[in-house]
Amino acid sequence: MNEKRYGVFIASHNKELAEGLTDLLKEMARDVSITFAGGTDDGDIGTSFEKIQQALTENNANELFAFYDLGSAKMNLEIAIEMMENKKVHLMDTALVEGAFTASTLIQANASYDEIMEQLRPLKIK
Amino acid sequence: MLTVDHTTNWLILFAKKIYEKKDYLNELDSAIGDGDHGSNMARGMKAMEEKLKDGQFSNVQDVFKAASMALLSKVGGASGPLYGSAFMGMAKQGGSDETDLVAILQAGLQGIQLRGKSAKGEKTMIDVWIPVIEALESESLSKEIIQDAVLQTKEMKATKGRASYLGDRSVGHVDPGAASSGYLFEAMLDGGILNE
Ligand SMILES: Nc1ncnc2c1ncn2[C@@H]1O[C@H](COP(=O)(O)OP(=O)(O)OP(=O)(O)O)[C@@H](O)[C@H]1O
Ligand SMILES: [Mg+2]
Repeated sequence: MNEKRYGVFIASHNKELAEGLTDLLKEMARDVSITFAGGTDDGDIGTSFEKIQQALTENNANELFAFYDLGSAKMNLEIAIEMMENKKVHLMDTALVEGAFTASTLIQANASYDEIMEQLRPLKIK
Repeated sequence: MLTVDHTTNWLILFAKKIYEKKDYLNELDSAIGDGDHGSNMARGMKAMEEKLKDGQFSNVQDVFKAASMALLSKVGGASGPLYGSAFMGMAKQGGSDETDLVAILQAGLQGIQLRGKSAKGEKTMIDVWIPVIEALESESLSKEIIQDAVLQTKEMKATKGRASYLGDRSVGHVDPGAASSGYLFEAMLDGGILNE
């Protein structure tokens, strides 16, 4: 496997949503490291700062595009990013599915950071 | 002047109020959210209480920091990172000056606003923090003022958080986060923080 330079990260309130979206992305982006955090520590609907922090760390890439669904997913992600020491994480306020899909397919196709950002811009909804 | 004992006592009283009002907070959140604010806060308070009870704290900063980390990691909803950021702001300010309660609360408010990008009148917890700090500055803080601020959120339209997806339909309900912040400040009064 020829790992790509950029990774993708998904944070959702729902574990199955994060997992299902990751499966969807992996179909197109075989060589992109994609990790996710979904649900609370107890497996309920919600978000977990610690799960997010861990899944960001576990991503093989040192530079990531991060996508989220709602409210606390973004806030926990922001805090985790602020505390992260050796990774660069770009927090994207795009529609979750379309944004993550766009980024993943472009990373797989070796697009540059600027190209990826350019394509993500019109998908910003939050 | 905040001391380790007073601050710990304040936060334990806060936890107690949250446990007592857990169902009510869930009920408020059912009307304009996902019905979990009481359960979220109670989970966070339990983690906070455990940390406070077995911790040896040498200063106020460490007490607030422990509360911040417990809420951040255990709440599971937006109130986790928001109260977590509030207490982190209060820890930092308390570390540089334990005597100025107004400045400490202002730092807490700023923490919430930076995290949630919220302004006054958006039907969130800060609609309690702002009037409480103002009243404290003019030495007129009372339970009536706190309760009044909480009730004022009823007529507001939510433009931040989950309730904002309801648009106009969010009007007519008290904001759950405003109610829990009300308990934080009632606990502050009950804990005699202002008399110190
Ligand atoms: N951006 C924000 N700024 C300030 N306060 C906010 C913001 N978003 C939500 N809140 C407060 O948080 C309260 C809801 O807390 P709760 O623990 O129920 O989170 P939630 O909305 O269920 O979380 P999630 O974002 O995971 O859906 C609201 O009543 C409001 O006071
Ligand atoms: Mg809720």
